Amino acid sequence: MVALTPSAAAVAPTPRRHRLRVWRGIILGLAAAYFLIPLYAGLRFSFHNDAGQWSLYALKAIPSQIGFTGAFFLSIKLAFTTLIGTLVLMVPTTIYIHLHLPRLRRLLEFVTVLPIVIPPIVLILGVLRAAPIWLKASPYLLSLMYVILTMPFVYRSLDAGISAIDLKTLVEASRSLGANGPQTLWRVILPNLRAGILSASVLTLALVLGEFTMASLDLWTTLPVWIYQFQQTDGHIATMVSMLSLIGTWVLITAMVSLDRSESRRSRRKAEVA
Amino acid sequence: MSQVPTNGGGSGARVELRELVRIFGRTRALDGFSLEVEPGELVALLGPSGCGKTTALRALAGFELVDHGQVLVDGQDVARVSPQDRDMGMVFQSYSLFPNMSALHNVAFGLRMRGVRSVARRDKAHEILELVGLHEHAEKYPHQLSGGQQQRVALARALAIEPRVLLLDEPLSALDAKVRTGLRDQIRSLQQRLAITTVFVTHDQEEALSMADRVCVMRDGRGEQTATPAELYSRPTSAFVAHFVGVSSRVPVRRDGATVGLWGTAVAVRNPELAERDVDAVLRPEDVAIAADPAGAATVVHKSFLGAITRVTVSAESAEVRVDVRSDAARDLNHGDRVALTVVARDVLVSPRNERTDVDED
Repeated sequence: MVALTPSAAAVAPTPRRHRLRVWRGIILGLAAAYFLIPLYAGLRFSFHNDAGQWSLYALKAIPSQIGFTGAFFLSIKLAFTTLIGTLVLMVPTTIYIHLHLPRLRRLLEFVTVLPIVIPPIVLILGVLRAAPIWLKASPYLLSLMYVILTMPFVYRSLDAGISAIDLKTLVEASRSLGANGPQTLWRVILPNLRAGILSASVLTLALVLGEFTMASLDLWTTLPVWIYQFQQTDGHIATMVSMLSLIGTWVLITAMVSLDRSESRRSRRKAEVA
Repeated sequence: MSQVPTNGGGSGARVELRELVRIFGRTRALDGFSLEVEPGELVALLGPSGCGKTTALRALAGFELVDHGQVLVDGQDVARVSPQDRDMGMVFQSYSLFPNMSALHNVAFGLRMRGVRSVARRDKAHEILELVGLHEHAEKYPHQLSGGQQQRVALARALAIEPRVLLLDEPLSALDAKVRTGLRDQIRSLQQRLAITTVFVTHDQEEALSMADRVCVMRDGRGEQTATPAELYSRPTSAFVAHFVGVSSRVPVRRDGATVGLWGTAVAVRNPELAERDVDAVLRPEDVAIAADPAGAATVVHKSFLGAITRVTVSAESAEVRVDVRSDAARDLNHGDRVALTVVARDVLVSPRNERTDVDED
């Protein structure tokens, strides 16, 4: 009788493939340990009291701590104003460069890399020396600085998103059908850049919610600055806040990505049903 | 930019391009190009890569501003009118459907931009999709459609706005041969049914000759010859056109007044106004007949079977001549056979000796 299924010998992994799988597991395990051990240590510490017993006191005490609410809302406010500022500045600029000045793409790439090369401490000290008093007195100076700080990541996300579509032809098709510039931007370009914009937004929020140096030197108590300062008062509460901040950022990012995925899935299902 | 009033849509407009010049750096993409298109006519712009045909179409669409010249639509100069106000539908080479919209919404997009109410634009979009045979795919997204289907949606989208002029920028070049032929017939049939003035850019001569009422052969930013497909083939006015449209051979001859001597026969010259005496006779494969003759002046060098006919290439003195022979008669001709050549054409086109006819195809 002819065998219809491959023999056991054919299915069994070769020693080379087996070794590869083992090494892959080891590397993955090491990477997981590198990320998870500090998290575990942080969580363990924050759910213990000074006597070394399991306790929820740090979690319950957070809202009543002096300065926490202000720091929390300041960070949220700065994150969203930065996000708006970044998108308003970078989305039209990147689209314009792609459409009308493609030769300047290299230059823009170079300019947007500068915030990575120049340390934040240099940037903020220079700005604090040069900025007018009224701006120095406002926390929104930080938003302006964060727009510069997030530029490398935002530009690359948008650039990749635009490169994935035939922008020029889509714009021309839209205009030949009677759409003006804003209509084309709103109805054609932005919906097709959704993934790029989402990725840029996620990176912006994550970066701003965790930024410490600039806020600290500009003497504004954002959440990271508050955590640092409160560390000296109560380590358990400060660690709990930093853990919650981490989880909060992660939840926010996951929610944004899921929202985008479910939207795409809904569109696809609608088409498949039809 | 000013607004151009529409003529109610649907009925074709008269288009006139006058002395268009468009310069990119040191290149004159359009160098005094002129063209007239009558209402309801389909004119193909045909030419090799870099001849300016796409630039001419884009100048008509409004995506290229010309440095000089006029773009007239029904007598009104629209050279400075923005694309969205020109009331022209355009189909692009690369489909260009909006990926975030279903086929139905793609088709309805132009109507939406014109402020047509939701129900009316939905009905109209369904109607146009039915016209291109894609009614059952209305809710599908571009990535769920084949290339041919996408291009039919793009055509439906351009037609939905009832444009005064339909512009087709190599719409079939990304499709496979079978789909291309089907869509070619469909475009032509729709264009004739709706009587829309259409300008069609292609580098494929078969496409141009089979679809267009008239073909404009372009070269170096200028119109070389504009004529009906039959006229363009049978009465080319230059060696370039003869070389680009169909197949031709060039045979060096000496002109004697209004005739040239070709293999012992005096043949009338179609363009006796040419001053030179030493010229090339431009011959179509069907202009020449061959017969097996051991004392003949030519030798068979190659045979290409093309179905009912076989194209035989013969070497005659200083030229290679291609001749169409019925396939059953060509069976007896073999490589190296001596043959006699006879000109069967009433007259021949002559061109200056070694005139440049190089065509770099896309």
